Amino acid sequence: MIEVRDLHKSFGAQKILDGVNLRIETGESVVIIGRSGGGKSVLLKHLIGLLQPDAGEVLVDGERIDGMSERELLRVRSKFGMLFQSAALFDSLTVAENVGFAFRRNRQISGDEIARRVAMALELVELPGTENKKPSELSGGMRKRVGLARAIVYQPQIVLYDEPTTGLDPIVSDSIDKLILRVRDRFKVTSVVVTHDMRSARRVGQRILMLHEKKIYAAGTPDEIFNSTDPIVRRFIDGVSDIQYAF
Amino acid sequence: MNFLADTWVGAWVEGLGRIALLAQEAIGSFFRFRVTWRDLLYQIYFMGVKSQSVVLITGAFTGMVLAAQTAVQFHKVKMDTATLAVVSVSMCSELGPVLTGLMVAGRVGAAIAAEIGTMRVTEQIDALRTLATHPVDYLVVPRLMAGVMVMPLLTAEAIFVGIGAGYLVASHWYGIDSTYLWVNMLKHTADSDVAIGLIKGCVYGGMVALVGCYKGMSCGEGAEGVGKATTEAVVFSSIAILIANFFLTLSLDALFNT
Repeated sequence: MIEVRDLHKSFGAQKILDGVNLRIETGESVVIIGRSGGGKSVLLKHLIGLLQPDAGEVLVDGERIDGMSERELLRVRSKFGMLFQSAALFDSLTVAENVGFAFRRNRQISGDEIARRVAMALELVELPGTENKKPSELSGGMRKRVGLARAIVYQPQIVLYDEPTTGLDPIVSDSIDKLILRVRDRFKVTSVVVTHDMRSARRVGQRILMLHEKKIYAAGTPDEIFNSTDPIVRRFIDGVSDIQYAF
Repeated sequence: MNFLADTWVGAWVEGLGRIALLAQEAIGSFFRFRVTWRDLLYQIYFMGVKSQSVVLITGAFTGMVLAAQTAVQFHKVKMDTATLAVVSVSMCSELGPVLTGLMVAGRVGAAIAAEIGTMRVTEQIDALRTLATHPVDYLVVPRLMAGVMVMPLLTAEAIFVGIGAGYLVASHWYGIDSTYLWVNMLKHTADSDVAIGLIKGCVYGGMVALVGCYKGMSCGEGAEGVGKATTEAVVFSSIAILIANFFLTLSLDALFNT
């Protein structure tokens, strides 16, 4: 379970989050939507301790992680997997080394076992046999899938997705959505997806939260959000650039 | 104090403090044995083996120029046979470590800052953190250890090649008797000169690695940020080597010659 209480964050003079509250139950699949530059990724990074809030609390399984040192956070982060917007693969390593990275310091797992788990994770994301490729040899969609394999190979309890379909064509986006659902169903993980891809949001979310004006503006099931009559929610869902053209 | 904090002096002091904290974290990590051999060996290869040509050329031509200048000047006072002794003492205690440090700062310090800076702007460092890996354990400690281990060896190599090249110039170009050259060199070069050079090499290796890592990890956004971090890594580590050399010379001379 993840809980955020009255979270505030600024970068310099620019306020990004201004009193965000949310609660994500174990096993739940939550999508956070909102405009580009609205603080979705910043909020996501707070959930795993990559950013520290200026004020407020972040709790993971009842344990406060805001204010923890980087070393203390390592223990908490072993519960998480994260897929980055750019996939953030280590470009000096092969696909197999990227996916098996989390095991590299674990002396209790043999090299053969690591290779087996890496192969299984790559099979799950439909990229078998790519172990020896370098990230530079992969397309954008393949990089995202390798990033996803790296995030799930050690079977975390919570998986965070930072704009998983941004920059991908509709067919590849669809395959990423299916992978998110497959990971959720197979490993029973808690999923938090940040996106502004409405098709993806409707598909992968059991609950949608909309970040607007630095706060959670709306929350509900996909049907509730997509049928909302609130002008700001409608404007975002319909992709209308000026509020006077929303209706 | 607030006024000071807003000036470049404040930024400079803050930078020094952050480098000190990074060094503290790296040393703590080293003693907790969080480094893998594979990472360390790669960094030793990258810093040591890949720096061979730069160090050999620097050492050889420095020794040759020093021998040529010394031979010409000493010839005026009939001290030609002391040429190699001057080359040897200079190479061992000053020129070997300093010039090797500056060359390694240019090659390795820049590469470290560029690599880590690129990792930072492409979220690879954040990815490391999400994989329950401390960036200092994975990125800083292997480079710091490799720098401290490799630089004395590179310095020794530069000293050796510099003296050898100086000998060739002094004996073959200026026709100075090689026996006297060697005897005088051995007579005037103390063990402490070699020790001072190697200790300086250790310190400069650590400084180059640490400044490169710090600049990479704190670099700004985008290509401009990486470029700036790379330039600053070279400039700051070079200046740091030159400043540290003065204080190390004073303190090591006091240590070995009292």
